[in-house]
Amino acid sequence: MGKILVKEKQVVVPGEVLAEGMDFLPANYAFREGEKVVSMRLGMAQVNGRLIKIMPLTGKYIPQKEDLVIGKVVDMNYSNWRVDIGYAQEGMLNVRDGTTEFVERGAELSEYYDIGDYLAVKVSNVTKSKMIDLTMKGPGLRKLVGGRIVKITPAKVPRLVGKKGSMISMIKDKTNCQILVGQNGCVWVSGKNPDDEFRATQAILLVENMAHVPGLTDKINAFLEKEAKGDEK
Amino acid sequence: MLSVSKEYIRTLAKKGLRSDKRKMDEYRQPVSVEYGVSSKSAEGSAKVTIGDTVVVAGVKTEVGTPYPDRPNEGTIMVNVELLPMSSPEFESGPPSIEAIELARVVDRGIRESHAIDFKKLCLKEGELVWTLMIDIYPLNASGNLFDACALAALAALKDAKFPKLEDDVINYKERTDNPIPLEFLPVSCTVHKIGGKFFVDPTSDEEKATDARLTTAFTDKAEICAMQKGGDEPLTEKEISEIIDLAEKKTQELRKKL
Amino acid sequence: MSYKREDRKESELRPMKAKVGVVKNAVGSAMFQIGKTIAMAAVYGPRELHPRFMQKPDTGILRCHYNMMAFSGSGDRVRPGPSRRSKEIGLVTTKALEPALDLREFPKTVVDVFIELLQTDAGTRCAGICAASMALADAGLNMKDLVCAVSGGVVGDTPVADLDYNEEAYEGGSVDIPVAVMPRTGKVTLLQLDGTVSKEKFKEALKLAKEGCNQIYDVQKKALKGKYKEE
Repeated sequence: MGKILVKEKQVVVPGEVLAEGMDFLPANYAFREGEKVVSMRLGMAQVNGRLIKIMPLTGKYIPQKEDLVIGKVVDMNYSNWRVDIGYAQEGMLNVRDGTTEFVERGAELSEYYDIGDYLAVKVSNVTKSKMIDLTMKGPGLRKLVGGRIVKITPAKVPRLVGKKGSMISMIKDKTNCQILVGQNGCVWVSGKNPDDEFRATQAILLVENMAHVPGLTDKINAFLEKEAKGDEK
Repeated sequence: MLSVSKEYIRTLAKKGLRSDKRKMDEYRQPVSVEYGVSSKSAEGSAKVTIGDTVVVAGVKTEVGTPYPDRPNEGTIMVNVELLPMSSPEFESGPPSIEAIELARVVDRGIRESHAIDFKKLCLKEGELVWTLMIDIYPLNASGNLFDACALAALAALKDAKFPKLEDDVINYKERTDNPIPLEFLPVSCTVHKIGGKFFVDPTSDEEKATDARLTTAFTDKAEICAMQKGGDEPLTEKEISEIIDLAEKKTQELRKKL
Repeated sequence: MSYKREDRKESELRPMKAKVGVVKNAVGSAMFQIGKTIAMAAVYGPRELHPRFMQKPDTGILRCHYNMMAFSGSGDRVRPGPSRRSKEIGLVTTKALEPALDLREFPKTVVDVFIELLQTDAGTRCAGICAASMALADAGLNMKDLVCAVSGGVVGDTPVADLDYNEEAYEGGSVDIPVAVMPRTGKVTLLQLDGTVSKEKFKEALKLAKEGCNQIYDVQKKALKGKYKEE
């Protein structure tokens, strides 16, 4: 019989021994070394019966097929746009996946999306050498006009969205803003006025900073109410 | 981290608004100065924080022969290194033009304002004078390096004490109680113009959207002692006058932090 | 000559301080102070590596840059710019951290670590490695272990851990042995030696350095976890 050396949700560092014994199965960012199960990341330990996982607290976005992401156009040639989605390599949006409109040969691509534009796109494919194909074809995917962009650690995105979208819905309701959350940690906020957008932005950054704190939904709720009252003065 | 487009900043600025809800004449908080951060090695040192921007500066002293045309004067040398550590936009290598401009503007504020009487840095006329070497490093560059670097240099000078001299050779291991003779502190404030409106202490995004900027340094008697204009757009005389008034008000606040 | 420490035991390290997340713009960052030596490290990347020929098809690479601030030296001002010494330290730092790092999820990229020394009092490359190791963990990179580093040495006849500047310059002879270790397995990833020493004294010094690294590991763990303490 092996033994578990960490508590549920305990913060662990890379190299820290989580458990000893061949009964345990490492998953996510845990690995086995002989009898030991070891963490590969700075994160929170999660124990599920015999399964030991690490939920990372930080880390760069790793693109996966079907992810909805928000990226910035950084370059283009005659047949595709290069989009920075916060990964080590840029994503490629081909002209045939970029729009449902008919684009003539030799057309000026910048008339559709120009350098500096933010786009909501989906990851359609990730090759073995980590080249990333993007597509605009899908519900809700479009060029994002107006509003502002907040970047948070991708690891905190699930916390920002909440169980069944509960956290993000609450922020949207309380600030009257449109909010689109990219899996890559890029969040688009668009409101009727800068004050609302600012409040939403602050709430998002607060979730990022306090992602590990329990009872967060209530705290964010309280924060938004307080800020709203402050604005009314 | 917040990313706001130039157009959005411009739209807000025209209404006198900023994306982080600050007033146009408001500095980010905290604005703080910490003295002696490298006191074991540097004769004077300080760390300045303005919002997210953090800059560290240190003073090292040297003795040597004076310039032949100024036999009874010591001198200063100011260097700014835009560390790649402080921003993804800075690369390793020789000083960029941005670093050089920063260093020369800080230098101008101290040297040409006569904030230091260089004659007081003379030990033996024609033979031995002090040189003060000020090195400034941003640790986190998030906008307004002009004001942060200038403030850090001043704080480091204020913190500094001369090392002991033994037979005209410096003993760095022992320090005297003698501070650098500062006649006054030349505090500077950089005012930016976007969409016809003026504001201070830009974030990195606001800096990229700027049309023009004017850095002004003041003595403790509210006299102008250094100036530098930057940016693509020109300024009218009326605008310059408004900027000077705003800058003077702000330097009074910054002066209190030293 | 017999040397005896006055202010601490031979196996004892100088007081240490560490903090994580000190450079907001960086993906990961940390400060590590031991005695009066203060090192800061900031991580950028993984990002595209140029020139292309340096890219590795199946993994990212690590690149460490070491620099001393001009006012960080205990004597004269240090002339800014890369020196042969700083380039060598950058190399051995990279080699000390690589075995702990797993960058297979990021082919063709580079992870840049910038290490700056704000104040130096011996043990600078080791302090830099300690800061860099925390910064890499803070950056969310896959690591088999943290890396801890401290200098072992022999001052006069006496094996010690963590030499300060005076001990390095001791008139009766001094041997400086910077060591970096991955704490869980005890494997050594940095080993250098300046001076002349017998095999027996060397082994004693190495042992003291490795034990010293355990003290450093505690400090690093605390700093990394400290960022996430509940408010």
